[in-house]
Amino acid sequence: MSKRRSAALTEAQAVSLAQKLLRERLCHQKLPDRPVALDSQYKHLLELLRRTALHGESNSVLIVGPRGSGKTMLLGCVLRELMSLKDVQKNVLLVELNGLLQTDDKIALKEITRQLHLENVVGDKVFGSFAENLSFLLEALKKGDRSSSRPVLFVLDEFDLFAHHKNQTLLYNLLDVSQSAQTPVAVVGLTCRLDVLELLEKRVKSRFSHRQIHLFSSLSFGQYVDAVRSQLSLPPDFPDPTFSSEWNHSVTKLCEEKSIEEVLKRHFNGSKDFRSLHSLLFLAVSRASVSHATLREADLLEASRLISADSKANVLHGLSILELCLIIAMKHLNDTYDGEPFNFQMVHNEFKKFIQRKSHSIHKFEKPVVMKAFEHLLQLELVRPVDSGVCKVQREYQLMRLMLEHGQVMEALQRYPQCPTDVKQWALSAFA
Amino acid sequence: MTKPIRRRSSYEEDAFRCIRDNIPNGNIMSETPPCAGYPEDTLRSLAHRLPCREVQLKSLLSLMGQPDQYSYPSIFIYGHRATGKSHVVLSIMKDLELPHASVNCVECVSSGLLFHQVLSAFSGADAAALLPRCPSLSDFVRLYKQASSGSPAAQTRYIILDRAERMRDMDFGLLPALLRLQELVNDNVTVILLSEIVWEKFRPNTGCFEPLLFNFPDYSKAELVQILSQDHHPSYTPELYASYVNILLGVFFSVCRDLRELRHLAALNFSKFCEPLEKGEAKESDIHKLWKNIEPHLQRAMQTVYLREVSSMQWEQQQMDEKEATTLRGLSAHAHIELPYYSKFLLIAAYLASFNPARTDRRFFLKVHRSILISLLCVMSHVITNKQSLSLLQSHGKIRKTNFLKKHEKTSNHLLGPKPFPLDRLLAIFYSVVDSRVAPTASIFSQISSLVTLQLLSQVGHDDQLDSPKYKCAVSLDFILAISRTVGFDVVKYLYDFL
Repeated sequence: MSKRRSAALTEAQAVSLAQKLLRERLCHQKLPDRPVALDSQYKHLLELLRRTALHGESNSVLIVGPRGSGKTMLLGCVLRELMSLKDVQKNVLLVELNGLLQTDDKIALKEITRQLHLENVVGDKVFGSFAENLSFLLEALKKGDRSSSRPVLFVLDEFDLFAHHKNQTLLYNLLDVSQSAQTPVAVVGLTCRLDVLELLEKRVKSRFSHRQIHLFSSLSFGQYVDAVRSQLSLPPDFPDPTFSSEWNHSVTKLCEEKSIEEVLKRHFNGSKDFRSLHSLLFLAVSRASVSHATLREADLLEASRLISADSKANVLHGLSILELCLIIAMKHLNDTYDGEPFNFQMVHNEFKKFIQRKSHSIHKFEKPVVMKAFEHLLQLELVRPVDSGVCKVQREYQLMRLMLEHGQVMEALQRYPQCPTDVKQWALSAFA
Repeated sequence: MTKPIRRRSSYEEDAFRCIRDNIPNGNIMSETPPCAGYPEDTLRSLAHRLPCREVQLKSLLSLMGQPDQYSYPSIFIYGHRATGKSHVVLSIMKDLELPHASVNCVECVSSGLLFHQVLSAFSGADAAALLPRCPSLSDFVRLYKQASSGSPAAQTRYIILDRAERMRDMDFGLLPALLRLQELVNDNVTVILLSEIVWEKFRPNTGCFEPLLFNFPDYSKAELVQILSQDHHPSYTPELYASYVNILLGVFFSVCRDLRELRHLAALNFSKFCEPLEKGEAKESDIHKLWKNIEPHLQRAMQTVYLREVSSMQWEQQQMDEKEATTLRGLSAHAHIELPYYSKFLLIAAYLASFNPARTDRRFFLKVHRSILISLLCVMSHVITNKQSLSLLQSHGKIRKTNFLKKHEKTSNHLLGPKPFPLDRLLAIFYSVVDSRVAPTASIFSQISSLVTLQLLSQVGHDDQLDSPKYKCAVSLDFILAISRTVGFDVVKYLYDFL
């Protein structure tokens, strides 16, 4: 694209281009040039995999960290750098497995043979039974030795799910190959469970090298804000330099804003992981449009409001008065009986007492109508049966628990549009 | 697809203007179409077809972005029933002609059906035919990748999962995998989940990719009036229909805020509302008169049609015949079942065993003992001052009873529900309530087990089927009263709660 044409980008085009770029960065988890604040882990992993790829050393390693802490991103960056070496690219075979997809060893084995392009694969069909497949694969792996055969990198995403397979056959065999002097393999497991080693059988555990890389976010708030700024900024090679400088300037200014700092602080205190930050920024970015090309303060505030909304409060807001009254009755039952489970009869009894004694605004409803309201609450899972599944008891005698906090009910009552006063007073009175 | 163009009446125009003006502006870009990349007139017609959902429409469109841009991997939309979740999403998809697969999770009894629907929607029936007989997620992702490598998505593809709460009951890994499908297949795909239940109830215990949460709020009363008065009757003025809707909401709004149900009720009862107009007893301006006519009718509708006691067809038929609305017997009036003589007594005995505490059995059912005592007293009374001793006996019983009642006032059994009882107790009570001598034949026992299959009794705990099984009675008081009336037995006299 020539310089002259790119300068002629209209504002709409520039906005859409910027959106496209930022969207890809935020939701498609595009790899950054270099992982932030993970240098030592990066070096460690790169060195390990390089030794397997170049020197034929067999390794096994686990990358452990909470969700959204950048495990896949770290591995992706390492693999990208590794593959950029010329002799590695030709030499190494990569096998990627995911515990969510390969739900048992048979499927995983099929996937391995497919990804290794082994001889018994014709077209896209795999022949042979599980036992045949396994012995074939093992033979192929065992025949090789350190010097001559191509190293294989096994990446096991959601490693803890592989530990739930029967007998952990796949893990045992992979780690066994990595322990004996056969084909060089590197087994890299990604997991979010800290106790993942406790899930492994003894024989599997003894074959694992106990090398673990922990990813715990050690960001300070200053770094967090820097990350926000860099995530939102447009890159220097953006085709419209005036637009991008304007955009970047607005982002810098935005990050210095007092209210924005408060919002970010709140999110930082909630969780340090990048993925929740990404969803916040995504919401803010998606609000930018032609009418206001740069990112505004209001966008980010609105996005934060959307993210931190209490969803149960939203559900409570949409209930009818009758359903709300039932919830208040349940709250009273919870208060008087110390959180014991209740059934519909008790709730109805409590509600009837209210209607007879105190209410002026609410009519008397027939019992089946109240039952229908109660079942709607059950459907919304605001109340939950104590022993689920057993539906042998009549509907009105099934024991239930309320799935709401005292505070949530009171707040919903405050926010409820046109709530009758006597209902409010009933909710506030300690004695029903 | 072109829709027939209908001339809108001036009233509707007003309604639309008032919808447009009612948008709480601030975060929303007001009049200008928010999203470049979509045809403007389609957007405008879309906004007109979705009244009171403009805010949601715009935010959804801005979340989705332009068709070639990436969208967030998964969006979770929640809101009450009939707040237009699937309607809005599907009309966006249809009108803007975006590639999408719409799947109802109730229909997908196995995950294979879901994969089949998604694949055939995106890449035709040929790709879907490649799925093996019991496809796993791995097969699905492989075939999806294969299909999309041939024709990569030029636009964001959307998978819309309606009633997503059913996903939790399907295979364990399915929901977490679908939430991060964009990453797994490495294609521009977005999964939209629609549900009534909040996201907190979905999260698996080891966590997953968190979707964006998006709420569809409930319709306010004014909005409901606006939407409902759109489908007014052609032979009457829209104002009349609007006032009818107002009356309807006055009766039903405190019970039901479900648009679909309200619309159904409005359609059912409108002919009754117009009756005085047709007869010439009232004019359109006599709202009060019309209200007086329809209000009791609507109250009756709440007890019948709203609860599906009477079907809509019966209700309409009844209005046509101009019968009194309560003459029809509803579904629940048919609850009476004809049972054999001994089964009736078995059921009565089971009810008594369930709702009376075991320690009161001696008092109620040792009638031989009691009658002997009383006859003895009577004999004695002939000899000495009878009244004193009788009253002594009665007052003694009374004192004990009131003590009991005070202590257990809160825990009436009719509030707590039936208690389980062993078979022996059932038979003991049965023998004491039934008059004639009954042999414990096989037929008696088979009647007990057939009462269980009829779900009038329910067996508690399955561990020992033959050896001293326990039962609960599963019928209501009304039912048992009706049964006992047919055999001339007064149950209430024997119930501890009603003493």
